This record gives sequence, structure tokens and C-alpha cells, in this order.
Amino acid sequence: MNLDFSQIVPYIPFMLKGIGATLKFVSISILVGFILGTILALCKITNKPVLKWFAAAYTSIFRGTPLILQLMIIYFAIPQLTGYDIDGFLAAILAFGLNSAAYVSEIIRAGIMAVDHGQTEAAEALGIPYKPMMLNIILPQAIKNILPALMNEFITLTKESAIVSTIGYLDLMRRAQIVGADLYRNFEPLLVAGLIYWIMVVILTKIGSMVERRMRYSD
Amino acid sequence: MIKVNNISKTFGKNEVLKNISTSINQGEVVAVIGPSGSGKSTFLRCINLLETPSAGEIWIKDTEITNPKTNKQMVRQKIGMVFQHFHLFPHMTVLENITYAPQKVNKLSKENAEKIAKNLLSKVGLLDKMDSYPNQLSGGQKQRVAIARALAMEPEIMLFDEPTSALDPEMVKEVLDVMKDLANTGMTMIIVTHEMNFAREVANRILFLDEGVLLEEQIPAIFFNQPSTVRAQEFLAKVL
Repeated sequence: MNLDFSQIVPYIPFMLKGIGATLKFVSISILVGFILGTILALCKITNKPVLKWFAAAYTSIFRGTPLILQLMIIYFAIPQLTGYDIDGFLAAILAFGLNSAAYVSEIIRAGIMAVDHGQTEAAEALGIPYKPMMLNIILPQAIKNILPALMNEFITLTKESAIVSTIGYLDLMRRAQIVGADLYRNFEPLLVAGLIYWIMVVILTKIGSMVERRMRYSD
Repeated sequence: MIKVNNISKTFGKNEVLKNISTSINQGEVVAVIGPSGSGKSTFLRCINLLETPSAGEIWIKDTEITNPKTNKQMVRQKIGMVFQHFHLFPHMTVLENITYAPQKVNKLSKENAEKIAKNLLSKVGLLDKMDSYPNQLSGGQKQRVAIARALAMEPEIMLFDEPTSALDPEMVKEVLDVMKDLANTGMTMIIVTHEMNFAREVANRILFLDEGVLLEEQIPAIFFNQPSTVRAQEFLAKVL
């Protein structure tokens, strides 16, 4: 055992920059995934066959293939097809956002289905149109119930984000690898990266339970 | 005001309503009674199109609401409904429950909607609960809020679907009293109920349904004393 953390001290600022890089695309991906996932969930519960079919096919494809493959297709294969040279940041947001949407849509769909049908009937009986009914009456109740599952998805996304290191995006993981290659020592930088990921997830979990507590006020 | 012409409703092979016709005048209070599974609730739910009749027509004033071209939302805005299980919005306060639809649908300002809501809450005796959430209320209080919520849309007709069936016995009266007051204001009301005394006292007319058929249509004094069908006699013998 010869662990020597002193050697990576000069690299710490370089690694810490990875936190920002990771957080930036993860937070945008979560947002994209959540919005798109909500729209897909609404498609799944309509009675319009085309939308239903589209949402089901979308989920099947994005859940049925590896995330790393989707990332590679977006980053390496699409430029070959279109000639558009996509940058790593955009590719990462697209891959993670589109992939997360598939999972989020299933979570939200389950959440909507779990809301008492009487809520829909009460809203309908009051003459409330579909859109405000969904937005202000059904979804708030659904999201309250599925918050733990959503948090789980966001945590998974945060950790899986390390995959972007494979397309050369300078996230936390990639930076740890670079430091490791520079020093010929891998254990220390990877340990530091691991610690940072863990702290990020702990903070995310804390935020989650805080939001959950705030949403329980009406219980 | 309401004309029901030969409506039927089938769920798959199950015929829940069979050829029901009746008409209800403005200001009339009609109680719909009958054994469970007789189609009373389905009949009521057809009137605000929560169920679409499989056949037949329903007219409200000059509008055939069963016409597929009729705007359901427009119809429902003029018909209030109170459910057995209240269906208050649990994430909204009592005041928000009542003001939401008037603001969203009737485009009232927040101030106006709240003024109407507070007025209704004081009528149902719950002004002090306006900032509470539904699960902080008792069943009777929830149902009174639900009535206020429906009334805030200024409906011309009120539908009640077994409004006291989910309540503890000691809370039934407070809800019935509110309904009685409402009947005295001249509101057109259709009430599906198991409260025979209430029906006898408040209703102008009784509709007796059995197995989807409108068996009797009679004023309470006659229906409760001399029901003409055997089925109604049996039913009343059990419940009275």
C-alpha cells in the first residue's frame, strides 16, 4: 500500500472544475428529461392511438438500448450522417435528457394513474378544461407521490453521467482519468472523484427529502 | 328545464339504464332512490355527461347535451355536482378549492372569487376553515366545502350523488341541512340518496329505479304511503 495524496494536490483545482462541468449538463439533462418525460406520460394516457404508439415506441427504444450506445450514436454517428459536428456538451444533454425522459415518463404515468379518478371527475364536473386540470390538479398530486422514484432517477442520472468521459467531455470522471494518466497513479484521483460523486448524491438526496417534506404540508 | 328522452346506457353487455324518460322543472327537487345497482348514479352522471348515454337524448333548456357537437365543458359549468366521496382537491386549501374553478373557468378575479367563496363558506358554516386543507376536516365539513365549491360556479342545476353515504351518522344532518337550505332557495336539484326521510321531506318528486328501469315517478306523499309497484313496496319495507 503506497497511497500518496500529496501528489494530486496540484491537480485538485483541475478536478474540481469537473464538478461544474458535470453539474451543468446533469442539471440541464434532468430538466430536459423531466419536461419531455411529462409530455410522453401525457401521450401515454391519452386516447389518441398515434400519440400512445409514439410514446410507447420511444420508451421501448430508449429503455431497450444501452445509454452509452445512445451517447455514441449522437456524438459519433450522427455527425457522419448529417455533417453537423456536434459538441460534447450538447451530445451529453441530448443523450442523457432523451434517455431519462423514457424512465421519467413511466414514473409519471404511474403517478398519474395512482391519483384517484374522482379528482378528474370533480374537475370535469366543474367544467375545468383538460390542460389546467392536468397542470394544477392531477400532476401536483401525482408528483408528490412519485417524488422518491423521481429522486432515484435523478441520482442514477448523476452517477451515470460519468459515461460522458467516453466522448472526451471534461467532466469529473474524465478529469480523474487524466490526472491518473499524468501521475501514473490511479487510486488517488479515482478515490477523490468517487468521494465527490458521493457528496453530490448526498446533497441531492437531502434536497429531495426537503422538497418531499415541503410537499407533505397538506397531509 | 331538463328533458330526458328514452336514454339507455350499456357497459359492455350490461344494460344499466333502460329507456328512461322524465322531465324536471326549474326549481324542482327530485330524489332518485332504489336498490344499489339500480342505475341511480349512472342516471345522475348522464345529466352532466360524466357518462354518455348509449341511446336517447337529454335536453337542458334548449340544448341537446347528448349531441356530440355540444361542448361538454359549457354544459358542466351550469351543473354543479357533489360526490359521495367529496373529491376535494387535497393539495389546495378550502378557499383555493372553491376559488379555483371560478377563476380558471369563469375568469373571475381572485378578489371576486374569494368574495363569493367566503360568502358561500359562511352559508355552510365553515368560514373559519377557509385556510385548512381538506384532510384537516371531518367528513361532514368536507362535504359542505364540496357543496360550496360546486355553488361557486353559480350552477342552475345541482346533482348530488349519495352525498351522505360516506359520512359518520352524526355528520349526516349538517350536510342535509345545507341541502335543505339550498332547496329553499329554489335551486333545481337531483339527489341520489338513501335518506328516505330527507327525500320524503324535501323532494317534490321521487324517481324509483330498479334494474335500470324507472319503475315509479311520484310525489313523496303517495310514493311512501302507497307505492304502486310490488318492487317499490318490497324496497320500502326493507329500508323504512
